[in-house]
Amino acid sequence: MVKKVKLRIVFLLSLILSIVLSVYLILKALEKDVVYFLSPSDVKNLEKIASKKVRVGGMVKDKSIDINSDRINFVVTDFKNEINVSYSGSVPNLFSENKGVVVEGFLQDRNYLKAVKILAKHDENYMPPEVKEALGGK
Amino acid sequence: MLNLLSPGKIFEISSKSTKYVFVVFIIVLTIGLTESLFLSPEDYKQSHSVRIMYVHVPAAWTSIGIFTVVAFLSIGIFIFKNKNFFLITKSLVPSGFIFSIIALVTGSIWGKPTWGTWWAWDARITSMLILSLFYFMYLLSWRIISDQEKAIKISSLIAIIGAINIPIIKFSVNWWNTLHQGPSIKIIGETSIHSSMLIPLGIMTAAFALLSLLIFLMKFNTEMIRIKNKGLDRL
Repeated sequence: MVKKVKLRIVFLLSLILSIVLSVYLILKALEKDVVYFLSPSDVKNLEKIASKKVRVGGMVKDKSIDINSDRINFVVTDFKNEINVSYSGSVPNLFSENKGVVVEGFLQDRNYLKAVKILAKHDENYMPPEVKEALGGK
Repeated sequence: MLNLLSPGKIFEISSKSTKYVFVVFIIVLTIGLTESLFLSPEDYKQSHSVRIMYVHVPAAWTSIGIFTVVAFLSIGIFIFKNKNFFLITKSLVPSGFIFSIIALVTGSIWGKPTWGTWWAWDARITSMLILSLFYFMYLLSWRIISDQEKAIKISSLIAIIGAINIPIIKFSVNWWNTLHQGPSIKIIGETSIHSSMLIPLGIMTAAFALLSLLIFLMKFNTEMIRIKNKGLDRL
C-alpha cells in the first residue's frame, strides 16, 4: 500500500516535470510568435523585413499625430527608437498622444510602417479624473 | 478531517448553511453593485467602461482560485486515494467554469471600446481560454466516463495538468508583450488602482467568492442526496 503511494508520487512528479519542460521548450522556441507585438527597438534589430503582417507597439509620441485629409500619420516610440506609422481609417477612442498603442500592418522599411489596424493599449492605472488632474496629468 | 464527521452531520451543516450563505451573498452583492455601478467614479481615460472591471477581475480571480484549490485537492485524491475530496472538487468545478467564461466575455465586451477589438491572441487571453478548456474537459470527463473509479482518476489528472497553466496566466503579462495590461495590484510595490475603485473591486470579489461558495454548496448537497439515494455509504 505504502509502496503504491510512493509510485503514484513518482508518477505524478514525472508527469508534471515532463509537461512543464515541454511547455517551456515550446514557448521558448516560439517566443517570437508568443509576443503580441514588437517594440520599435525590436524592429530596428530585425535581420530582414518580412513581407507579412506585423504588430508594433509603444507610445504615441507627443505632438506627432498629423491628420491629413484621409490619412493619419504618427510616431510610435519606446523612448529608445521610433517608427513612423501611416494609417487610413477609424481609430479607437483611447488613441491619443502619450498613450499606448499597438499598430498592425506592413513594414515598408525599419522606420516606416503602413498600418491596416490600430489598437489602443490600456495601461494598469485606474483613477478618477480629479485625481489625474491633481497629479498634473500628462 | 472529514472522516471524523458522520455523513449525516456534514449534510446537515451543508444544507443548512446554504440559506445563510445566500442571504450574506445577496447583501454583499447589493453593496458591491451599488458601489461599483453608482458610487464609484468614472476613470480618467476609459470613463464608464471601467465598471466592467468590477465583474471581469473578480470573475477571473475566482476562477483561477477555484482551479488552484481543485488542483491541490486532486493531488490528494490521486496520491492518497482520498475518497472524500472528489465530491468537493466535483462540486467546485461548475462555478469555476462559469466564472472563467464570464471573465472572457466581459473582457471581450471591455476590449471592443477600449482596445478596438473583441479578441486578441495574446498570451494572457489565450492562457485564460486554456483554463476554460481545462474546466470544460474536467466536466466532460465526469460525463463521458461511467466508471466512477476511473472518472476520479482521470478528472484529477486533468486538474493537475491544467494547474501548470495557472502561473502562465499570472505571469503572461510580465513574460511577454501582451495587449492585456500588466497587473495593477502587485504583491510587492504600489497598487495602481485608486482607492475609490479598489473598494468596490474588493466587495465584488467577496460577492463572487460567496456566489461560488453558494453554487458549491448546492452542488455538494445534490451529490450527497444522490449518494444517499443510491444507498452508498461512501462518506
